[in-house]
Amino acid sequence: MDATASAWLSGGLSLLTVLVALALVHRPLGDFLAHTYTSKRDLRVERGLYRVIGVDSSSEQTWQAYARAILGFSVVGMLAVYMLQRLQTVLPYSLDLPAVPEVLSFNTAASFTTNTNWQSYSPDVTLGYTVQLAGLVVQNFVSAAVGMAVAVALVRGLAYRRSGTIGNFWVDLTRGTIRVLLPISLLGALVLLAGGVIQNFAGFQDVGTLAGLTQVLPGGPVASQEAIRLIGTNGGGFFNANSAHPFENPAAWTNVLQILLLLLIPSAMPRMFGTMVGDSRQGYAIVAVMGALFLAIWAAAMAFEIGGAGTAPQLAGAAMEGKEARFGIAGSVLFGIATTGTSTGAVNSMHDSYTALGGMMPLLNMMLGEVAPGGVGAGLYGILVLSIIAVFIAGLLVGRTPEYLGKKITATQIKLASLYILVTPALVLIGTALSFAIPAVREDVEGTSIWNPGVHGLTEVLYAFTSAANNNGSAFAGLTANTDWFNSALGVAMLLGRFLPIILVLALAGSFAAQDHVPATAGTLPTHRPLFVGLTVGVIILVTALTYFPVLALGPLAEGLVA
Amino acid sequence: MSTTRTTTRTLWVSLRAVVAFTVITGVLYTAVVTGIGQLALPSQANGSLIRDDEGEVVGSSLIGQPFVDADGEPLPAYFQPRPSAAGDGYDGGASSGSNYGPESPELVAAIEERRAQVADLEGIAVEDVPADAVTASASGLDPHISPEYAAIQVDRVAEERGLAASVVEDLVAAHTTVPPAGIGGSPVVNVVELNVALDGLAG
Repeated sequence: MDATASAWLSGGLSLLTVLVALALVHRPLGDFLAHTYTSKRDLRVERGLYRVIGVDSSSEQTWQAYARAILGFSVVGMLAVYMLQRLQTVLPYSLDLPAVPEVLSFNTAASFTTNTNWQSYSPDVTLGYTVQLAGLVVQNFVSAAVGMAVAVALVRGLAYRRSGTIGNFWVDLTRGTIRVLLPISLLGALVLLAGGVIQNFAGFQDVGTLAGLTQVLPGGPVASQEAIRLIGTNGGGFFNANSAHPFENPAAWTNVLQILLLLLIPSAMPRMFGTMVGDSRQGYAIVAVMGALFLAIWAAAMAFEIGGAGTAPQLAGAAMEGKEARFGIAGSVLFGIATTGTSTGAVNSMHDSYTALGGMMPLLNMMLGEVAPGGVGAGLYGILVLSIIAVFIAGLLVGRTPEYLGKKITATQIKLASLYILVTPALVLIGTALSFAIPAVREDVEGTSIWNPGVHGLTEVLYAFTSAANNNGSAFAGLTANTDWFNSALGVAMLLGRFLPIILVLALAGSFAAQDHVPATAGTLPTHRPLFVGLTVGVIILVTALTYFPVLALGPLAEGLVA
Repeated sequence: MSTTRTTTRTLWVSLRAVVAFTVITGVLYTAVVTGIGQLALPSQANGSLIRDDEGEVVGSSLIGQPFVDADGEPLPAYFQPRPSAAGDGYDGGASSGSNYGPESPELVAAIEERRAQVADLEGIAVEDVPADAVTASASGLDPHISPEYAAIQVDRVAEERGLAASVVEDLVAAHTTVPPAGIGGSPVVNVVELNVALDGLAG
């Protein structure tokens, strides 16, 4: 069998394995999520936590109070991560590393609080174990729980009738962390450990190699961080090489497991949605939209990477620069598409070294709004907003007042949804444009940051802002982002790209919750049929294509079509 | 006034929540995983270390090593790993890929040079040099090579060590991992373990 056929076979069977596993857990996990967020009973440990935190778990919040709680919790969380980095020298297990500089600390604190996990720094030589576990791991858990909470609040808004409240943030945060993320992470960490992911506090160790040289071997509590950073679609690596590092992802089977872990909760959330609104068909329609986008992007990326266009891949014989031998092209591409289709941003291969068009696919995947299947929570609320736009457009076509799940889509909802879909593109395009439009910044960006000059360099900058604004965290990692400009601009992009959409979604949730239920009529567009699935996919592609085509034409398309 | 009070209260609740979750998900969770790892899976938890007969650590079976002399020239008695962009090569404290793009002149030049070197070392035509032999991995610590790259090194290693080629071929086969049905990745040969086994034969 030639290399092309075997790569397609390996990739196809890897994908099939992941899909079958996700399908098997879809209903139980989705229903478990629905139960978690609708149950009236608190676990004993949760009651203890509510007492410590000082909240009444039986009360519900208005959308404004819910949003205020999220912002308060995130501000304090961000300050904690910032302070841990600044005080690194006095913390235990700091590996004698210096305090992290102010601007980098700001960027990293913003990054982990927003579930982005963009890393301007090289973790191998920047962060000791205490900052990693007490700062980053904690945010890996709670920022994921925040995303899930927002999605749940929106679903409640659709399910509630004439309600002034949308749930209690502190309860959603606690249950998401204690009942969902902790048990799955513990299990995931132990399986990864068995596969060879390290978990120790040994620090750096010098060894004499077979050839008589000295080699440094790193240590660290990696497995515990590895599990939650995937399950919570965070993505920040313990090491610079992220999931390409053999101590993070040692084998082909751990690679499949990692892909599975990062898709696990996002792909089950539509089931939770269907169960909570009392119509599981609605959830399946959402899964169909996510699945169609995922398959299309994956197939395109596979074709480009296996094709291996470009001067360097052609000369080498295959696009293996920046890919691990044990994953090959197939195991790298599936990971790359799964990580950018969710908001994970972990990488097991270097996207910067992909073929021009192959590298455009992870970028495009993020530009779609990360809804295939999206981050934990963020994917579901993202696709629900896009569904509302699709319902509205369908309503315009037939001249009726649109409704979704018995809720009227009025000017209020459309304003909120439109603002939602404008936030990220505005951040991406303005951020990228400013990087070249301000002369002093441009000099720094071109002189210091860009690694591959020319059109590929533009793609590096575009990828950075797309990743930050969509809270992904992956990179065209040749870009030196540890500069004042990128640390500040990307930090702001991450914060606005996270919290503006969250506020808009919560406002949307509040506006839906306050409405009564309108019964479906002959004129209501059914939102569980293939027609609606196709319409939503079309809307997503149209919105993305119109927004980003010009800048893609200047970057990856130019590079790929010229070569 | 009431807004200020609400905000203050939200921040106070937030602070206690951050502290509580730091204890649970940061400290306790990490401690439990570390405890179980060190008790039940100590070999994996500590980096799959390889020790020589005296018990000295000579490396990790998961982390690639350079098999070169002090001048950086490949040692012909050892199987050679892939090129590495981690530090000066296989620096375990600086994992990294090259991040060169597909049109990078530096990458094209590096591939040209590596192809010539490998072809020269193995006595084969440049067209027959496999892709993984001339490209840097994503981590710079890749312990593996493709079975194709291992195959072209067998004769050289066998000759240098005065072994029959079939003995070396058997060792290569014993250190080849083939993922079932290609799920998750590609077949690979672990260079570090293979070279340890070769040195073991001599002793």
